Amino acid sequence: MTRNVEAPRRPQPSRRRTPTRWAAPARPVWEEPPGRAGLAAKGAVLVLACLAVLVPLWIVVVTSLSSKKTITETGGLVVVPRDITFIAYQELLSGGQVTRAAVVSVLVTLTGTVFSMAVSILCAYGLSRPGSLGHRFILLTLLATMFFGAGLIPTYLLVQTLGLTDTYLALILPSAVSVFNILVLRGFFMGVSPELVDSARIDGAGDLRILWQIVMPLSRAVIAVITLFYAVGYWSAWFNASIYLSDQNMMPLQNVLIQLAQKQEIPVGLGQAVKAGNLSGLAVQMAVMVLALLPVAVLSPFVQKHFRKGMLTGAVKG
Amino acid sequence: MSTLDTRTAEPAAPAVTGRTPRGRRRDPRRSRTAGHIPLGRRLRRDRTLLLMTVPALVLVVVFHYIPILGNLVAFQDYDPYVSTNGVTAMLESPWVGLDQFERVFSDPGFWHAVENTLVLFLLQLVLFFPVPIALALLVNSVLRPRVRALVQAILYLPHFFSWVLVITVFQQILGGAGIIAQTLRQHGHEGFDLMTDPAIFAFLVTAEGIWKDAGWGVIVFLAALAAVNQDLYEAAAMDGAGRGRRMWHVTLPALRPVIALLLVLRVGDALTVGFEQLLLQRDAVGPGAAEVLDTFVWWTGLRSQDFSYAAAAGLVKGVVGLVLVLSANKTAHLMGEQGVYRK
Repeated sequence: MTRNVEAPRRPQPSRRRTPTRWAAPARPVWEEPPGRAGLAAKGAVLVLACLAVLVPLWIVVVTSLSSKKTITETGGLVVVPRDITFIAYQELLSGGQVTRAAVVSVLVTLTGTVFSMAVSILCAYGLSRPGSLGHRFILLTLLATMFFGAGLIPTYLLVQTLGLTDTYLALILPSAVSVFNILVLRGFFMGVSPELVDSARIDGAGDLRILWQIVMPLSRAVIAVITLFYAVGYWSAWFNASIYLSDQNMMPLQNVLIQLAQKQEIPVGLGQAVKAGNLSGLAVQMAVMVLALLPVAVLSPFVQKHFRKGMLTGAVKG
Repeated sequence: MSTLDTRTAEPAAPAVTGRTPRGRRRDPRRSRTAGHIPLGRRLRRDRTLLLMTVPALVLVVVFHYIPILGNLVAFQDYDPYVSTNGVTAMLESPWVGLDQFERVFSDPGFWHAVENTLVLFLLQLVLFFPVPIALALLVNSVLRPRVRALVQAILYLPHFFSWVLVITVFQQILGGAGIIAQTLRQHGHEGFDLMTDPAIFAFLVTAEGIWKDAGWGVIVFLAALAAVNQDLYEAAAMDGAGRGRRMWHVTLPALRPVIALLLVLRVGDALTVGFEQLLLQRDAVGPGAAEVLDTFVWWTGLRSQDFSYAAAAGLVKGVVGLVLVLSANKTAHLMGEQGVYRK
């Protein structure tokens, strides 16, 4: 039922519409076919750009799966996987510091994202009905924060005064709402056809019901994008933990990765396995990196096709 | 050029900023103020909407506006141990006027941080900024939809990695204990360590930035390219323009407003160059190369516990940054008026 009320899509340029999606669409008659050299150069640059992204990731993943023997033999540069082993992951995830950090990261990301989305969606909808009382004032209050920050020191002092240090709330609350994300959501909510909203209102639906049953289902794409943005934000965050948490046992995954990679410390509980000789310290490091990048690398492609709309709003925010 | 304006590009698309488009009447059906409704009735009618904004508003006021008052410690000799909590400590700390600012301005360390900030900003502007444009032109010329989507997916990916991860990847590959250096050593060559060399640190930071975010920057330019009127290309071709001239006379002019807009916004953000990125590498390279304004505030404030001094430095940065952002915004708006609304 919601399908046919969606805003009409921008007509795609006809050259993108092709029967088979792998085949190149026909060129317009006036366009000269590309020269072989030009085509090769273009392809080479694009392939190089993609390899620049993929090769480091490949090396990280393959090394994390390698046995100590392979890593020693190759001198660290594992390119072709041989005798794949999951020992690094087994060690990391069998309790201990990294397991705990991963659990902390997952929980903080889940709670934070749900909280941020709830607050942002409510606020975005509250501001999306033009002419409602005070909405311009509230909007300006939010917008103004995009132009200045209070500064690191006063924020730190505030979090301390509120007693949030050494609690997980310090990882969530200070960065819980992003005004930019609210604006993107609001932009889409405003695009929902007013006739639809009005007819629901006539049928007796209140604002919450309209939001839940009409506006949100119609804005699924942008909600997916913003959820990803928030989730990635929480998952990648390490700075708040580094200044507000003092207990090593509370640290999220990114902070453990910092200790591991920059200070070359082997996580607590893994020293034995590394010394015993069947586990390479390098493999451990790489495995933690894989843990840190896996959720993001798996999720973002699914939302990829919606990125453009969110980003466009970003470009005009000024 | 209409690419950045979703209102003109897609008639049914939402207005993006909160402003009503100037010179255009608001759609009366969507207006809640049509006619004169007394305040009390409007309040009753909109109370759910108002309540909905409360949680976000509270968070923004508490974590954005209240800390602004905290900047008062910049005018004090703040001592966190004089009392049990921050607020009373602030009330009891002595006021020193502009002393902290005098200290900041006569501190060579501060000016060194300013210098580093500007050098890094300029380097990123020259080396980083053109990369997404070039990539977008390339990606746009890929016609096969599947290939195109694949390339885009790969290029967007690093944007979603944390800085910790990006720097660790660089370190594992280029660092002294990294894969390349180790392999070289195993084959009897001399090793190297790009990650701790202050001389090339600025380039390293720029390279990391490009690896992480150049692909993401492509999106905006691709959108601009998708909105170019295809008839222009045909007309240019009819007039005998070859591939190069079409690029020069059709494609680049179409991108110009977006490029200008992003450039202006970037300049407005000049004092903020990768806080997390530099903080993470500060220990490895040393403050000589890696100290920027943000890390300077972090170091003096949180590490050396000199809160008032750091707050003063932060306030200077904030005020200059605000002026930059506002003027950049003004410029963008002027250009936006010209570029976005003029057809």
